[in-house]
Parts: sequence; C-alpha cells; structure tokens
Amino acid sequence: MSACISPSEQALRQQLLALSEAGLPLVDDPWAWLAERLQLSLDDCLALLQRLQGEGAIRRIAAVPNHYRLGYRHNGMTVWDVSDEEMARLGPLVGSQPFVSHCYRRPRREDWHYNLFAMVHGRTAEEIDDYRQRIRELLGNACRADDMLVSSRILKKTGLRVASRTAGDTPTV
Amino acid sequence: MDDFDRRLINRLQHGLPLLANPWQVLAEELQSSAQQLRQRVQELLDDGTLTRFGPMFDIEHFGGAFTLAALSVPEARFDAVAEQLAALPEVAHNYRREHAWNMWFVLACATPQGIDACVARIEALTGLPVLNLPKEETYHVGLHFPL
Repeated sequence: MSACISPSEQALRQQLLALSEAGLPLVDDPWAWLAERLQLSLDDCLALLQRLQGEGAIRRIAAVPNHYRLGYRHNGMTVWDVSDEEMARLGPLVGSQPFVSHCYRRPRREDWHYNLFAMVHGRTAEEIDDYRQRIRELLGNACRADDMLVSSRILKKTGLRVASRTAGDTPTV
Repeated sequence: MDDFDRRLINRLQHGLPLLANPWQVLAEELQSSAQQLRQRVQELLDDGTLTRFGPMFDIEHFGGAFTLAALSVPEARFDAVAEQLAALPEVAHNYRREHAWNMWFVLACATPQGIDACVARIEALTGLPVLNLPKEETYHVGLHFPL
C-alpha cells in the first residue's frame, strides 16, 4: 500500500474490501448500499471507488462469468523461455493479444526454465493450440523453449479472499 | 441463453459505470429496465452462469500477497494431496494440469512472509518440494469471454 494514503483512508479501504470481497448485493443503488455501511456520503463513496479504480486497486466492478458454462472449456497455461533482454518488449506484446487473459513474468528455477506465462482460453482444443502457435510466431527466436499446460480438473476454486486476514490476525501457518 | 443474455454478460464483464444509478445507465445502453437487469443478473448468479458480481480487487494494493505454485505429485497420492491443499484457507485455486508438475495452485496471504510460511507448511505436510513462482511483472490481466 502506498505511503501517501492516510490511516483513515486505509481503514476505509480495508472496510470496503471486507464488505464487498464476496460480492455486492444486486440492490437498486449499490453505491448507496456501500456508502451507508462505510458511513460516507454518496458522493464521497463514489469518489473513493473512482480513486481505487484509477489506481488499479479495483480493476472494475463487474460480473465474473463461469467460463466453463459459457463454453470455454479448454484453458492452457502457455509458458515460454524468453531471453531476458527481449522480455521488456515481448511481455507486453504477448499480453496485448486479445486471446490472452493473464500474462506475467515469473522467475526461472533450477528445474523450471520458463519465465513468461500467458493464459489462453478456448471452446476447443484446436483453438488454444492455434493461440499457442500465434504466440510462438510473435516470440520468434527470442524464445528458446515453450510448453502448454492444459488444465484437466478443478481441485479447488474459492476466489481470492484475504480481507478477513488482512483486517485481523494473521493466521499461524 | 438468448441474445439479451449474451449482450448483458458481455457488457457486465466490462464493469458497472461509476456513476449515480449505474443499473439505470446500463439499462439504457441495453434497452431494458434497471429492475429487469438486476433480476436477470440474479438469475444468472443463481444458475451458476455468473460466479460473482462485485469489485475485482487487485489484492496486492491492500497489503495482500499472492503466488502461483506447483507440486509434482505421484499419481497414487494425487487425491490425498489435493485434499490436504483444499483444507488450507490460503489455497485459493487449485488445478490439475497435464505435466510433470501436475498440481498448480494460487496462494493468497496477508503478507509476503505469510506466503513463505505457507509454502514451508505445504512442503512439511506433503513431503514434496513446492515450485514457487511469484509474479515479477504483470503484462496483462483482463479476463474477458466474448459471447
């Protein structure tokens, strides 16, 4: 969290997170619902949300579809061993492809040589193979090796929730 | 799912406008009523077409920490290890993937130290080394499924 945020604003942000991490109710005016619970005026509440969205702390306030239900049953985690010198150029290029949903640089390890990750989703196996091929063409000689790890089973999916822990005690792990 | 549902889901993935009466704004765009929109979104949540409606937080802005990690689990132990991980509140997602590293999961903790402790705990619980791959740079996050 950035140092220029006042303690009261920090507390407000934690409260907002705890209130809405599991989702917002489908009430007529969701901003009024939040404002009431945060003890803010409607304008201040909207301004807070706009600030958070401007900073990227909230990406958007949106609906998340079940992609399996929408027919996107194939997902591949494509992984690439990209030369470090080319990464600053190629990472954003791969990330900007419309079929890439998430794209990150991650560290190499002794038994893991891939440093660029790009997630692709499709309705058929051929579709994601095609996406992989298109990324391969973008990377060209800057990529030494690649792989695609196809998911075959969801073992757990709860979403990312930390408010109960950031707000209170950190559990002993 | 009809054409209206498709337009609604496509539109909702882009986010609610941060304006007064957001459902009204959306209803005008989609030529519907705010009441009808909310009711349909509730139905799509109830039947599992939508999994969630609300702010999509970048938790790291709130002091949280994440990592992507993997295990290479012997087939005979696969389900047992999946259960061990499922019981840990820090494990947010876990997928089987067809690779020597066959179990891939996301850890979410309050602090980076929490991640390290959780990785150590998983190694102790399972007796397997964890491949820990925290992101170093984000090039794109924008899950969108056009219909």
